[in-house]
Amino acid sequence: MMEIGLTHYLILSAALFAIGLVGVMRRKNLLMLFFSTEILLNAVNIGFAAISHYYGDFSGQMFAFFVIAIAASEVAVGLGLLVVWFKRTGKIDLDMMMTMRG
Amino acid sequence: MFEAIAFYLFAFLTIVMFSITVMTSQALYAMSALAAGMIFISAFFFILGADFLGAIQIVVYTGAVMALYAFGMMFFDTTRDVVEKNPSANLVFGMSGLAALLVVLIFAAPIVSDNMVAAYPIDASVGNAQSIGMVLFTKYLVPFEVAAVMLLVAMIAGIVLAGKKMDRSLTLMRDEDIAAMEQENEKAVL
Repeated sequence: MMEIGLTHYLILSAALFAIGLVGVMRRKNLLMLFFSTEILLNAVNIGFAAISHYYGDFSGQMFAFFVIAIAASEVAVGLGLLVVWFKRTGKIDLDMMMTMRG
Repeated sequence: MFEAIAFYLFAFLTIVMFSITVMTSQALYAMSALAAGMIFISAFFFILGADFLGAIQIVVYTGAVMALYAFGMMFFDTTRDVVEKNPSANLVFGMSGLAALLVVLIFAAPIVSDNMVAAYPIDASVGNAQSIGMVLFTKYLVPFEVAAVMLLVAMIAGIVLAGKKMDRSLTLMRDEDIAAMEQENEKAVL
């Protein structure tokens, strides 16, 4: 209990990932969906850093860096698209995006 | 001892913060809780000895991404309560099944990976940032450059998408001009 091992970190990572999944499922507002995806990416990053530490390998940390870079560019493009959509329709709910009748 | 205390403290704080982000109906509370959760996550990186990753986490997430969200939220109506959707039972069933499978895999992963060999062993004689630089600029040089180009493309795309009609200043226009412009926009949308 007092000795923190790899399993502790992996369980924490899974718990945070589950919280993010709940957010993705119950949110309708697109901005809130973006927040939930950030939680998902961060949960995975904790797992990468923990494995990198407990196996003495740098690859996990490297992958976490690239995940952070991808998250940053995703936010830039996603928020730009969101601003355009809000200017056109005045709403950012998922239900409004029915132009393709999907 | 201290590691265990720090781990449980920050695990509790992170889970609480992210739960607030997911559950609250106020967009501003969600954003503040998310920023706090990002800072608490960087504590795990410091505990794990990944100092550079922890610093990057604070700088990129709370410095850049959260500021971008905060400025982006000025465009949206954030005082309104956020609408929720009720997913179908099939979706909830499938996703909880997937999550359970994930937990089982996580418990099994340390057992099957006992014979794992480190491809880039951590050298204790040099600091974390220095050794990360050595790995990043030798083995991962091409992905690093590709990521740099991707960030540039994302920046230009963000400017092009969000910067439309920024040549007209709403603060310097008269009220009648703004009303005329809004009517024109409505016609263009229709």
